[in-house]
Amino acid sequence: MSEASPAKAYALHLGVIALLFVLSFVLPEYYHGLLARIMVLAVFAMGYNMLFGYVGLLSLGHAMFFGAGLYGAGLAIIQLGWGVPLAFLGGIASGAVLALVIGLLALRATGVAFMIVTMMFAQVFYLLILYFAAWTGGDQGQVVPQPARALNLGATSLDLTNPTVRYMSALVLFSLVLLLTLAVVRSRYGRVLVAIRENEERTKMLGYDTFSNKLIAVVVSGTICAASGAAYALLFGYVGSSFASVQYSILPLLWVLLGGAATTLGPLIGTVFMYYVIDVSSGYTSAYLLIVGIALILLVLFFPKGILGSIRQRWLGWLP
Amino acid sequence: MHFGPHLLLAALEGLVTSAVLALTALGLSLVFGVMRVVNVAHGEFFMLGAVLAWAITSAIGGHPALGFLAALVIAPLIVGAIALVAERLVLRRLNYNPEATIVATIGMLYIIQQLALSFYGPEARPVEPPFSYRILLPWFGYSGYKLSIIAASALLLIATWLVLTRTRIGLIMRATQYDSETAQAFGIPVDRVYGGVFALGAMLAAIAAVLIVPISQAHYLMGQDPLLLSFIVVIIGGLGSLRGTVVAAVLIGLSDGIISMFFSPTLAKMIATLLVAMVLVFRPQGLFGTAAR
Repeated sequence: MSEASPAKAYALHLGVIALLFVLSFVLPEYYHGLLARIMVLAVFAMGYNMLFGYVGLLSLGHAMFFGAGLYGAGLAIIQLGWGVPLAFLGGIASGAVLALVIGLLALRATGVAFMIVTMMFAQVFYLLILYFAAWTGGDQGQVVPQPARALNLGATSLDLTNPTVRYMSALVLFSLVLLLTLAVVRSRYGRVLVAIRENEERTKMLGYDTFSNKLIAVVVSGTICAASGAAYALLFGYVGSSFASVQYSILPLLWVLLGGAATTLGPLIGTVFMYYVIDVSSGYTSAYLLIVGIALILLVLFFPKGILGSIRQRWLGWLP
Repeated sequence: MHFGPHLLLAALEGLVTSAVLALTALGLSLVFGVMRVVNVAHGEFFMLGAVLAWAITSAIGGHPALGFLAALVIAPLIVGAIALVAERLVLRRLNYNPEATIVATIGMLYIIQQLALSFYGPEARPVEPPFSYRILLPWFGYSGYKLSIIAASALLLIATWLVLTRTRIGLIMRATQYDSETAQAFGIPVDRVYGGVFALGAMLAAIAAVLIVPISQAHYLMGQDPLLLSFIVVIIGGLGSLRGTVVAAVLIGLSDGIISMFFSPTLAKMIATLLVAMVLVFRPQGLFGTAAR
C-alpha cells in the first residue's frame, strides 16, 4: 500500500459513487433493480473483506451476521410492529452483539479451527431459525408487508418499495460503508490489522494487543454485514432461512476473492462480475453452482489476488 | 411401547448411525491428519457413493444381493478415482496450503453437487437391501440388515487399524503424517502418499454411503449432514486418532439417535453442533487427541 495520495484514492471512490448515481438514470429497469440488489450485497462482501482481506481471518460463518441483520430488522417489523428506522437499527444492533459474543469465543481458535468454529456457530444459528419456525417462518421465510416498508420523515413518507427510493437507499448505504472502509484501512488501526495478517507474533512483540484488535475487527465486520442484511429485509421485503445457510457464507468469500481481497473496491467488482456471469450463463444453463464451483477453483489456482488485486500489483500501486 | 423398548430402539438406530459415521469420519480424519487438508467436499464423495450404488444396482438387476455387492466394490473404486484426479489436478498444485485447499474443496463440492443434480436428478431413490431378515428381539423385530451394517463397519475399522499399525503402508502414512519433510528425505514419495490418502478417504466415505443407502435412499443433497457430523466426530475424537474417532462416532450417533427419538431432530443437531464448537473453542486438540503439533 503506498502512501502517495490520499486525494487520489478519495477522488476514485467518490467517482465510483458518482458513477453509480448517474447509472440510476440511464439503466434499463431490469438492471436498475439488479444493481440495487448488488449494492446491498456488496456491502455484505465489504464487511466480509474487512476480516478476510485485511486481517486474514477466513470465516465460514458470515451468513450468521447477515442473517442477524435480516431477521433483526424483519422480525422487529413483522412481530413487534416497529418502524423502519428503528428496525434498521435493531438489525444492526443484533449483528453487533452477536459478533461480539462469537468473536470472544471463536478468536480463541486459530487457523483451520477458526473456520470450523465460525461455520458451526453459523449452523447453530441456522438451525435456531428452523427450530423457532413459529416466529421466523422457518424454511418458507416471511414477507415483510409492503405498507410497513415506508419511511416516515415528518410530513413526507418514503416508500421503500419504489424502485428509485430503493436504489438511492442502497446507494447511500453502499457509499457510507465504502467510505468507512476506506477510512478504516487507511487509518493507524488499519495498518495494525494488516500487520496482524502478515505476522501476528511480530505484531504482538511490538506491543500491540492483537486479540482485542482482532475482536474489534470481527465486530466491525459483523456489524457491516448485519447492516447489509437489515437493508435487504427492508428494501426487498423478504426474510428467509436460506440467507443464513452455509452456502450464503461462502458467497461473500467468492465475491471478495474474485474482486480482490484487501482492496476497498474489490468486493463491489467481484459482486457485479459474479452476478453478471450468473445472469449471462443462466441464459444457457441452469447449472449455476457448476460455474460457481469452477470459478472458485480457477481463482484459487491461477488468480489468487483477484481482479483488482492483480491490477494493483501490476499497474496501479496506489489503489487502497 | 414403553420407555425401555423405546430406548433400545433409539440406541440401535443410534448405533447404525454411529457405524456409518465412524467410517465417513475416519476418511476425513485421515485426510486431515496426514495432509492437513480440510476436505469440505467429503460429504459429496459420500453422496457420490450412494448415487453410484443406485446406478449400479439398477443397471445390474437380478437378485438384490448381486447388485449390492457389485456396488460395494465398484462405487468406492469410481469415487476413489475421481478423488485421485481432483487431488492431482487441484490440491497438489496448491501445495496443500490449508486455506487455498478449503476454497478449492468448496469449489469441488459445488461441482459434484451440480453434476449429480444434472445427471441424476432431484429425486430421492431407493436401493433394495441385499437381504431382508428380521431378528426377533424381546419387544420387537429388528432389521437384520441394519445390524449387519454395524458388523461390516466394525470389520472395516479393524482392517484399517491393522493396515495403519501393522503394515509398511501404514508405517509410511504415519511417517508422512508425523513429519513430511523428513519422510521425503528418507525417500518416501510424499506426493504419492498424499494422492493415495485422499483417494482412500473418499473411498471410505463411499463405502459408508453404499452401506447406508438401502435404509435411507440416495439424494443429491445427502452429503451435507454427514459432512457436518464428520467434522464434529473428528474434532471431538482428536486429529488422526482412530480410537478417538470411533469413540466420538459412537457418542454422537447414540446421543443423536436418543435425543432425536425423544425430542426434535433439529434440537439434537443444534445441541451437538454447539457442544462441538465449544469443545473446539476450549480444547482445540479434541477430547481424546494428542496435543496439536
